[in-house]
Amino acid sequence: MTFDSLYFDIGRLDRLSYRDTFVHRLDPRIKVIAAILFLFTVISFPKYEVVALVPFFLFPALIMTIGDIPVPFILRKVLLVSPFAVLIGIFNPLLDATTVAVIYGIPVSAGFLSFLSILLKFALTVSAALLLIATTSFPAVCHALRRLGFPAIFVTQLLFLYRYLFVLMEEAMRIIRARDMRSFGTRGTEIKVFARLIGTLLFRTVDRAERIYHAMLSRGFMGDIPSLRKYHITTIDLAYLAMTIVFLVIFRFFRVTEGIGRIAQELFR
Amino acid sequence: MHMADALLSPTVGTTLWAGTAAVSGYASMKLRERIDDRIIPLMGVLGAFIFAAQMINFTIPGTGSSGHLGGGMILAIILGPHAAFLVMASVLMVQALFFADGGLLALGCNIWNLGVYPCYLVYPLIYKPLTGNSKNPGRILVASVASVVIALQLGAFSVVMETLLSGKSELPFGAFILLMQPIHLAIGLIEGVVTAGIINHVRSARPELLDSIAASRPLDTAISLRKVMVTFAVLAVITGGALSWFASTYPDGLEWSIEKVYGKGELPEDEHGIAAKLKGIQEKTAFFPDYNLKSAGKEPKKAEATPAWPGIDAGTSAAGIIGAAIVLALILLIGMGIRTFRGRNA
Repeated sequence: MTFDSLYFDIGRLDRLSYRDTFVHRLDPRIKVIAAILFLFTVISFPKYEVVALVPFFLFPALIMTIGDIPVPFILRKVLLVSPFAVLIGIFNPLLDATTVAVIYGIPVSAGFLSFLSILLKFALTVSAALLLIATTSFPAVCHALRRLGFPAIFVTQLLFLYRYLFVLMEEAMRIIRARDMRSFGTRGTEIKVFARLIGTLLFRTVDRAERIYHAMLSRGFMGDIPSLRKYHITTIDLAYLAMTIVFLVIFRFFRVTEGIGRIAQELFR
Repeated sequence: MHMADALLSPTVGTTLWAGTAAVSGYASMKLRERIDDRIIPLMGVLGAFIFAAQMINFTIPGTGSSGHLGGGMILAIILGPHAAFLVMASVLMVQALFFADGGLLALGCNIWNLGVYPCYLVYPLIYKPLTGNSKNPGRILVASVASVVIALQLGAFSVVMETLLSGKSELPFGAFILLMQPIHLAIGLIEGVVTAGIINHVRSARPELLDSIAASRPLDTAISLRKVMVTFAVLAVITGGALSWFASTYPDGLEWSIEKVYGKGELPEDEHGIAAKLKGIQEKTAFFPDYNLKSAGKEPKKAEATPAWPGIDAGTSAAGIIGAAIVLALILLIGMGIRTFRGRNA
C-alpha cells in the first residue's frame, strides 16, 4: 500500500537526522538560514535560465556526501513528487514555441528552456528541503525556529504534532486494516462510513490530547517545552555559513559554467 | 494544490511569507491572551490527526476514484480560527519538509491559501453566520459545503494569481482560471459533504466535545472579527503595494505568463485533452506573439537563450552545454571522491 511506504519514509528521514556527521553537528539555525539563502538564490534566476543552475547541484551533493545521506533515497523522494512539476512545466513548450537557438542543428524553443529551468529549480529546491530535514532532527529545527523568533505557542504545538504524527498514523493504519478486513472492494469506503471512521479517530485523538495534557501538567508543563540541549553558534558554524554565501554569490552573479565551457572549447580546438 | 518553489519568484514568495508571518503573530497573540495551556497539546495532536485522517481514503460517489480529507475547515470548526490557523500552518510545514509537498519558500503561499482563507475569512464570515448556534444537521451540511467550496475557490484563485505574478509558466490567465476553479469546485463539494458528515457525527455522538472546546476558546466574535478585518485590510494594502511594484517592474509578466500548481492527486488523467484545449485557447488569445522576446530581452543572461536576441553568438550556447556537462562531472567526482576517501579512513 502506498501509504505504508510513505509512512516508513518519514521514519527513515527521521532516523537519518540523528546521525552524527559534520553536517549534522552544525547549529540548526545556521542550517535553516543556509537552506533559505540557497532556495532564494535558486528561484531568483530568470525563467529561461538553465546553464547557470547546474553548479548549484554542488550544494545538495556536498551535503549528501558529507552528511552520509543515501543518494538513492533522496532521489526517490524527489522523483516521487516530480510528476507535479512536470505537469506544470509541460505546458511551457506547448505555449511558448518560439525558437530561440539552434544547437548542433536541433532547434530549441523558449518554452523548452523555461520547462527545463522549472525542472532544475524543482530538483534543487526539493532536495535542499529534504536534506535540511535529513541532516537536522525535527525537534532541532523547531528549536531553531524558536530562537529565530517564531511564536512559542506555534513551536510547542509543532513539537507535539511531530511527536504524535507517528502514533496517530499507526492508529490510522489499524483503522484501515480493520476496515479492509471487514469489507470487499469499495464497500466500506463510502463517505458515510468514512465520516464515522474519522469521527472515531477524532474522539480518540481528543481523548489522547486530554491524557497528554494531564500527564504533562503533573510533570510541570507551563506552556513551553524547554530544550536541555544547548546549541551554540561556533566559528565552524559561521565559517560554514560564510562559505555557503560566497558559493551562492559566485555562482549567482558570475557565469562560471559558461566560462568553463569556453575554456574547454579553447583547449580542444 | 500546493504552490511549489520552482514556480515562484522571490518577490511573490517573500510577500506571501510576510503576510503569513504577520497573521501567525496575530494568531499566537490572540491565543496567549486567553491562555489555557490545555489547547497546546490538543492543537499539536489534532495536527497529527489531520495527517492520519489523510491516510484513510473514501470513494467519491459515482466516480469510483478515491478522495482524502483536506482539513482546514474541520480544524476551524473544532478549534476556532486562531488555533486552527496555527495548526494548519504546522501541517503544511511538515508536508513541505517531509513529503516535499510544496516547498519552504512556497510555504508562505500555501499557508496563506489553505490557512488564512478557511480560518479567518470563511469561518467567521460564512460558517458562523450560516450555522448560528443551530445543531440542525441540514444547516451544518449547507454551511460546511458553502464554506469549503468558498475557501477552496479563494485558495485556487490565489494559486493562479501567485503563479501569474511570478511569471514562470506560459498558461494564459483565462485558461488557467478555467482549469483551476472547476476542479476545486468539485473537490470543495465533496470535501464539504465529508466535513459536514464528520461534524454531524461528532455532534450526535459526543456533543460536549464541540461545546467544551468552543467554551475554552476565544469567542468574542464581534470584536475580534472587526480586528481581523482591519488586519486583513492592512495586509491587503501591503500585499497589493508589493505586488503592484512587482507588476510594474515586469509589466509583461502580468499579461500572459502563468505557472501553476495542482495537488498531485487532484488533476484528472486526461491532460492530453486539456493541453490540446489550452493550446487552442492560447492561439485565440495570443495578443503578443512576440512576448517571450520582450521579457527575455530584459534578462539576456541565459546562455542558450541569448542567441535569439541582439548579439547572437553561435558559440555561447555550445559553451553553456559543455560547461554544464563539465560542472556536473566535477560535482559527481567531488561527491564520489569524498566517499571513497572517507571509506578508506574509516
